[in-house]
Amino acid sequence: MLRIDLDILQQWITPDSRVLDLGCGQGDLLRALTDNHQIIEGYGLEIDPENIATCIGKGVNVIEQDLNEGLSNFADDSFDIVVMTYSLQVLRRPDLMIDEMLRVGRECIVTFPNFGHIRTRCSLLFRGRMPVTKQLSHQWYDTPNIHFCTVRDFEDLCRLKGIRILDRSVVAEQNPDKALKALWPNAFGTTAIYRLTR
Amino acid sequence: MSEAPFNNSKSSSRDPSLLANREASRSVGPVSPETYHFDQPLALSCGRTLRSYDLVVETYGQLNAAKTNAVLVCHALSGNHHAAGYYAEDDKKPGWWDDYIGPGKPIDSERFFIVCLNNIGGCDGSTGPRSIDPDTGKAWGKHFPPLRVRDWVSSQADLADRLGIEQWAVVIGGSLGGMNAMRWAVDCPERVRHCVVIASALKLTAQNIAFNEIARRAIRSDPDFHDGDFAEHDTLPRNGLALARMVGHVTYLSDALMGLRFGRELSTGSLQRGLESPVEFQVESYLQYQGEKFAESFDANTYLLITKMLDYFDLARDYQDDPVRAFKQAQCKFLVVSFTSDWRFAPDRSREIVNALIAANRDVSSACIESDMGHDAFLLPNERYETALGTYMARVAEEC
Repeated sequence: MLRIDLDILQQWITPDSRVLDLGCGQGDLLRALTDNHQIIEGYGLEIDPENIATCIGKGVNVIEQDLNEGLSNFADDSFDIVVMTYSLQVLRRPDLMIDEMLRVGRECIVTFPNFGHIRTRCSLLFRGRMPVTKQLSHQWYDTPNIHFCTVRDFEDLCRLKGIRILDRSVVAEQNPDKALKALWPNAFGTTAIYRLTR
Repeated sequence: MSEAPFNNSKSSSRDPSLLANREASRSVGPVSPETYHFDQPLALSCGRTLRSYDLVVETYGQLNAAKTNAVLVCHALSGNHHAAGYYAEDDKKPGWWDDYIGPGKPIDSERFFIVCLNNIGGCDGSTGPRSIDPDTGKAWGKHFPPLRVRDWVSSQADLADRLGIEQWAVVIGGSLGGMNAMRWAVDCPERVRHCVVIASALKLTAQNIAFNEIARRAIRSDPDFHDGDFAEHDTLPRNGLALARMVGHVTYLSDALMGLRFGRELSTGSLQRGLESPVEFQVESYLQYQGEKFAESFDANTYLLITKMLDYFDLARDYQDDPVRAFKQAQCKFLVVSFTSDWRFAPDRSREIVNALIAANRDVSSACIESDMGHDAFLLPNERYETALGTYMARVAEEC
């Protein structure tokens, strides 16, 4: 089963693309894209040993590489699409990574947990505590998520950098979020998905 | 699916009641080498030709009916054909890659037909400096033609023809063996489906060449070397070879591993004040032993020949020094493995291989294994390494 955000972003990947997946996890996206004949060549970068073994077992091209060390080993425009799902918030410098993704790829697709969601806002407002939700299940002291942002924060960064947003979608998993996310994405989307270009 | 028609040992190795025998049953068991004579000329890259030659070969497992499950194991500098199993029950050591070759092991002899040979230029029975030169009737010695890695590939291709193997499921090797595997992928693309490159490099660094030259100088400066004609003087350059091995050995380990294994423990004597006794650290005894053992068994001319092969190897030289162009020749899929503490074939060398493969649009996966064991890690047990390699090989086996 693919996560909902993977389902959506798959539709944004044009056929015959050469894809780089940053933090590819267990390789589900690349496996699905390959099985659907959507890509001609795909590579995933990953650091978790178990995930790497799982990818190898699935026949997914997985490269052991720490995203915090950048993408300097990849040439400009060497990929059609660079994808990063749910990794933006764990990076030391997400802003530099977005620059790198748009250098290496013609387009990039980014998904991240929306910290502007109504429940996280309520947790801070009413409970006075850092939110712990299904997507963000860590405590503040042991979380790998060190750079949270909201939908509006992310779009501010894009504006600042002159990055063009080609598509945007937010995912909600339950009602009333599903009904309200179109109206107020930054409050009712749990996951944000963006397709960007320079 | 594998068509290998042998399931007996498989059932016993998976039976928990036989756990005590597990290690024994995970061995390929007793093996014996076989000599293949090739009565055909082998044109070498130096321009000379071997009129005929022998290869000493061991195989493990069964070739399936479609002949699609053959794995070529390429040895490194001092390796030979004895990669797994044992010759006699009381052998002190099994083959050099026994931790990774056998029933249920990453290179699974129940699923693959595994071929390992002593390469030409070697000193374990295949044609090399110790063999007789048919033109002179005397041992080749220092006159054995200089070799390149592609000469190994040519002779291995002859062996594949003899065994009826049109295409290797996998060509795999560590260190120099990894170079050998990459050369196969680039030079004979239609004959390789998978290439596994472990602790290797596109070419040696200056530091590596320097270490090799120190080792060669040690050998050449031994008075017993007699400019390579030691056999005619009925002697061996034991000191030179031992010194070469000791230098090499230290560079194949890591500081951490030597600390762990030997520390500053003494094997003889005492450093107590007031006592005058000759002291030997354990690491000294160990190195002396390794050096002397090697000097008795390994041929000095082979050592010079093969370290030169290593130095001269450069996968991209014929492709305008561009490894991407070189790898564009390949059609197979790649697995590239490196080890964190390996400083002779450092993880960065493997990254260069991987980056070139990605730029050449080849299928590749890579893993950099956490290990204290230095370059030798590729030979030693390591859970993560076993999992990564085993998972890759299991997937290959399913395609066979």
